[in-house]
Amino acid sequence: MGILSTSRVKSPWLLHFDCGSCNGCDIEILAALTPLYDIERFGIVNMGNPKHADVLLVTGPANYRNYRVLRNLYEQMPDPKGVIVVGTCGCTGGVFHNCPNIIGGIDKVIPVDVYVPGCAARPEAIIDGVVLALKKFSRS
Amino acid sequence: MSTGWLIGSAVIAVILAPLIGGLLRGIDRKLTAHMQGRIGPPIIQPFYDVIKLFGKKPMVAGGAQLAFAYAFLALIITATVFFALKQDLLVVLFILFFGSLCLPLGALSVKSPYSQLGGHRELLQFLAYEPILLLAAIPIALKAEGFTIASIFEYGQPLLPDLWITFIALLIALAIVMRKSPFDISGSEHAHQELVRGVVTEYSGPYLALIELGHWYEMVLLLSILGLFWVTGSLWWLSIIIALASWFIMLIVDNINARLTWSWMLRFAWGAGISLVALNILFINLGWM
Repeated sequence: MGILSTSRVKSPWLLHFDCGSCNGCDIEILAALTPLYDIERFGIVNMGNPKHADVLLVTGPANYRNYRVLRNLYEQMPDPKGVIVVGTCGCTGGVFHNCPNIIGGIDKVIPVDVYVPGCAARPEAIIDGVVLALKKFSRS
Repeated sequence: MSTGWLIGSAVIAVILAPLIGGLLRGIDRKLTAHMQGRIGPPIIQPFYDVIKLFGKKPMVAGGAQLAFAYAFLALIITATVFFALKQDLLVVLFILFFGSLCLPLGALSVKSPYSQLGGHRELLQFLAYEPILLLAAIPIALKAEGFTIASIFEYGQPLLPDLWITFIALLIALAIVMRKSPFDISGSEHAHQELVRGVVTEYSGPYLALIELGHWYEMVLLLSILGLFWVTGSLWWLSIIIALASWFIMLIVDNINARLTWSWMLRFAWGAGISLVALNILFINLGWM
């Protein structure tokens, strides 16, 4: 791995977007930022800004109300970037899959790299998901 | 001192300043994490961040923004070179101000509400610390009998015993320049909800890396100015201790304070900072110091 790939793997900045989740997965994502899990150990920082982010963490199912926002956020992130879907709803639509306002999984709107299933996904699983997404950066 | 020696010291300053600045930033993050009961990132984390940012695809919202990002870094490097060449302290400060001004100008050239808000707040921060830094040059010049940094070296005595009041005022300015709590109002790292990333919201990838590099130079330059308070005599190494101690005080202040409003910052910086320097000038003129 070159110095650039190493730096990419060592410094993934996260953007967290709630696409209409029940907040269960969002609470687990925030739990990963607390001193107990302390994801800053791995250089991971929670950014509120798509222009600074490398990894997009999405929770909840894609729906007609805000899929444009999701696509807009994705397009504002400079390459190289990765997308991680957290929770069953984001992976497939989950319990909402037949609702009239729901499109389905996040992958119906933007390309997804890693799926973290679970209702809600545990912080350990989310951290594992981020580590898996970093393999994309180490290859490029 | 020969010309070759001076040029050599300028080149060393330009190369060493970002290395020291990045390392201090890394130790800052590590110590802050430990103060909060976390483990924290590795000490060289800021270098990973900046190298990663340089490798990202460039995206700009406008040409002016791009020009201001380059100007910010270039002018602050120029100020560092002038400092290393032991030039006039006022020239160093004015080039530094000119460079720092590029940051809010770049932010205001973009039509993003967060960027605009951050730019305005950066201007207010500028308004708060600039008079302190500028006025602080006067008591230094009164003592060293000249505005040049070379005259401080030739003065023969340490400045701190006579100018400790000015030094305290400079610490306030340092906290604002380092954007530490309670003065991190223009672009807090922890203010996602309020103004995203404030003044640097619209900068991304390599241009954000340029600004980060500029901040490292800026911090090292400010710490070097604080180091000037004890550069002469056999205890010259105390200047490094003074600079590092000031930096550590900023860390503690950052961790025990919440972010406050801009009006409070202005009142505090002008009220406490400027009156401390004015008091020091008065004491020197009365011959008490």
